[in-house]
Amino acid sequence: MRYMLLIYTKEDEKAKRTREEVEKDMNGHWAVMEETRARGILEAAEPLFPTSSATTVRHQLCKAIVTDGPFAETKEQLAGYYILDCKDLDEAISWAAKLPTACGGGFGCVEIRPIQGVPARIQAVAASPQYSG
Amino acid sequence: MVEAKAAVEKVFRQESGRIIATLIRLAGSFDLAEEAMQEAFASALTTWPEKGIPDNPGAWITAVAHRKLIDHGRRERTRREKQDPLLYETPSVQQPEAEALFEPVAMNYPDDRLRLIFTCCHPALNQEAQVALTLRTLGGLTTPEIARAFLLPEPTLAQRLVRAKRKIQDAHIPYEVPPISQLPERLASVQSVIYLVFNEGYSATAGDSLIRRELCAEAIRVGRTLCELLPGEAENLGLLALMLLQDSRRDARTDKEGSLVPLEDQDRSLWDQERIREGMDLVTRALSMRGVGPYQLQAAIAALHAEAKTPPETDWEQIAALYRELLRMTPSPVIALNYAVAIAMGEGLEKGLAEIDRVGESGELADYHLFHAARADILRRLKRHEESAAAYREAIRLATNQVEKDYLQGRLDQLSQH
Repeated sequence: MRYMLLIYTKEDEKAKRTREEVEKDMNGHWAVMEETRARGILEAAEPLFPTSSATTVRHQLCKAIVTDGPFAETKEQLAGYYILDCKDLDEAISWAAKLPTACGGGFGCVEIRPIQGVPARIQAVAASPQYSG
Repeated sequence: MVEAKAAVEKVFRQESGRIIATLIRLAGSFDLAEEAMQEAFASALTTWPEKGIPDNPGAWITAVAHRKLIDHGRRERTRREKQDPLLYETPSVQQPEAEALFEPVAMNYPDDRLRLIFTCCHPALNQEAQVALTLRTLGGLTTPEIARAFLLPEPTLAQRLVRAKRKIQDAHIPYEVPPISQLPERLASVQSVIYLVFNEGYSATAGDSLIRRELCAEAIRVGRTLCELLPGEAENLGLLALMLLQDSRRDARTDKEGSLVPLEDQDRSLWDQERIREGMDLVTRALSMRGVGPYQLQAAIAALHAEAKTPPETDWEQIAALYRELLRMTPSPVIALNYAVAIAMGEGLEKGLAEIDRVGESGELADYHLFHAARADILRRLKRHEESAAAYREAIRLATNQVEKDYLQGRLDQLSQH
């Protein structure tokens, strides 16, 4: 089962971190990435730019309305994600617990969402050359 | 015919938890397992009157349900093969294991109830869902029964069960006993579900009293199962002991009119001596093992009350000491309140009152009716009637349960006669 681990942090507090704290966080992520890659279960892991760089597109009367900022102003914002192929939820929880934001920071959390998978027909379409270029 | 029907009911009562646990493992799905079990019980109702009751009725039901799962797996495969192969690649239901495993039905199924308990009480499910799922599967209670017990509309409860089962399936919550490293934490969640069920049944809130009695019985039954499956965990024994000792006073807690009778005024000859004996044995055994915990301490307190033949014989000093230990382990203002009451009864009312007022300083218990009731009771014993009456009035205002309100009102009325 594939799971997406969505990392939420408080951006303003994150910005206040010292150089050492940033480094400690990064090292924590490197450790998880290396370990999951070695086990062959890491599919993706990337940090995102802060929500000040976010753009939201909504449909209104068949028109795309573009606004500045994230979809909702929340206390914690999406900061990055992992996609891991785990045996079950318990394994995904154990990896989430190892992420620096979950165990060390105190200003973040990790949401685990099972990935539903794409129906075969759409996969076939996505793989056809006319859509891939 | 009547005999066969009774046998079917008996198997359901006593073994459905174990049967469903096995079937869920075989099917990889709660819904399929439930369906197969229902069908198997239906078959029993038609088959047993004709062919007689099998030697091992539980194994018979499991085997028949198992066969139904195999048939279902076959039909499902055929249906899928006929379907547009492009439509869905991801199977909606985990396929039963290799067919070879399914063929000759072995009469010896391992006990899967421990997996079932841990899955039902998985922390990724909210506690309401944990409770509902545990009662539905392990307890074999029907959805209407659970709804009635918790005073909830049936659709609400049904919805809760559907959501929980769906999350287990979608998020792949494992059907496994957790590894040793996670056991303490996971076990705590199981114990708290069981104790919550017990308390729901024990607390004198409104509702169908028969169903509430059933809830207590069910919690004790699941508690027993947990002890049977993990006998090395002292807190499992502590929890069972606590429930048995509390339940032993069931018949003495209310009078014929349904009014609450406080511990002090209870007719102790109505206490269930068998439960007390069993509870005491369990506490003693648990305390001799490693790992004292909150359930054992609470059970030990309940045991001291049970041991006292008359209220003055209660060993309040020992009770206060146990509350102090409990407070150290799990600090909470409610335990601090109980400690203060024990001090009042053991070491002196004035000292206890000072302790209660100290607990009250934080303001955390300001809206807790039992805080005011306990204060009122000590003031009453000190013959400070006016202050006592004021505290009773505050307790009555805050109490939500009519039985308790009535009891407190009775106390208040007695005061004004002085």
